[in-house]
Amino acid sequence: MSIWLIMILSGLVTYGIRLSFIQLFGKIEVPLWLGRALRFVPPAVLSAIVFPELLMPSGTLDISLNNLRLLAGVLAGYVAWRTKNVVLTIAVGMAALLVLQAVIP
Amino acid sequence: MESKRAEFLSGVRAELPILIGVIPFGMIYGVLALGAGLSSSAAQAMSVVVFAGSAQLIIAQLVGVSAPGLVIVLTASIVNLRHALYSASLAPYVQKLNSVWKWSLAYLLTDEAYAVTVMYYNRSIDEQLKNVVSGASEYNPGSKHWYFLGAGLALWSTWQVSTAVGIFLGAQIPASWSLDFTLALTFIALVVPALRDKPSVLAALAAGLTAVLTAGLPLKLGLVAASLVGIIVGLWSESRL
Repeated sequence: MSIWLIMILSGLVTYGIRLSFIQLFGKIEVPLWLGRALRFVPPAVLSAIVFPELLMPSGTLDISLNNLRLLAGVLAGYVAWRTKNVVLTIAVGMAALLVLQAVIP
Repeated sequence: MESKRAEFLSGVRAELPILIGVIPFGMIYGVLALGAGLSSSAAQAMSVVVFAGSAQLIIAQLVGVSAPGLVIVLTASIVNLRHALYSASLAPYVQKLNSVWKWSLAYLLTDEAYAVTVMYYNRSIDEQLKNVVSGASEYNPGSKHWYFLGAGLALWSTWQVSTAVGIFLGAQIPASWSLDFTLALTFIALVVPALRDKPSVLAALAAGLTAVLTAGLPLKLGLVAASLVGIIVGLWSESRL
């Protein structure tokens, strides 16, 4: 199979997945539990992305003070909780990581 | 007209912090795609046709080792399965839009556009719920899809430009700058304020811990499993209250 055919098929399937529920919503009966489940998609998906980034930055579980991303991430989480400010959270988290990287060899 | 423009621009603005992390990612893809033997035009076209970072990296690598075409397509599809969750999550908000809007927004539905858009819709739902007393009973989309479009197009253009830069210049941003960390930080900034009740906190914890335990699974299947566990725990917790 040529790279172009692979690309086009992968693109079509990806697009189909992205369109799936958007297109079908309202045309099929959505069960009540599914409607309630949707509320948990954002916290579940975002946490599922964030936790491994913080707890296993180099691929293995690292819960120690040497894990600078964990320290910076926890600090950022605190800032997000107190301020609800996206830009401030990123700025503090990024600054914390860069400072820690510079200070701790 | 003014409000559409304003919505579009705030969508773009909300996406900006994420873009800092997307640029090195796009460049890395461009470099790796050429390294795997793709032509410049194929590497760039894939950013338009597939438009999904992780899947593109995997496709390029599998093409590089001459894996069978169907295996590659199947692999890319599994990696992108999580987008079905995003589609289901945003479907209620866009159901009143016409088909051209739905088809366009679906094309722009990436992790990064989803994250900022769903939080924006959630905030607007809260505002509308406060107005229930005044008679509003159904979700009114207003011009909020322009926010989605702004976030999606900001990401799309950045992805195209950064893959092009990767293809032509190679990786120039040193890894020690840790710019990839901005993605995790943005998601922290979005998810923490959304944890307003016990079920959503438990959903987040369950999903996060499952993701760590299943991180060894290939093809981002751990992410799908973790999300499902989080959703189930959230529903379970809610039904006990």
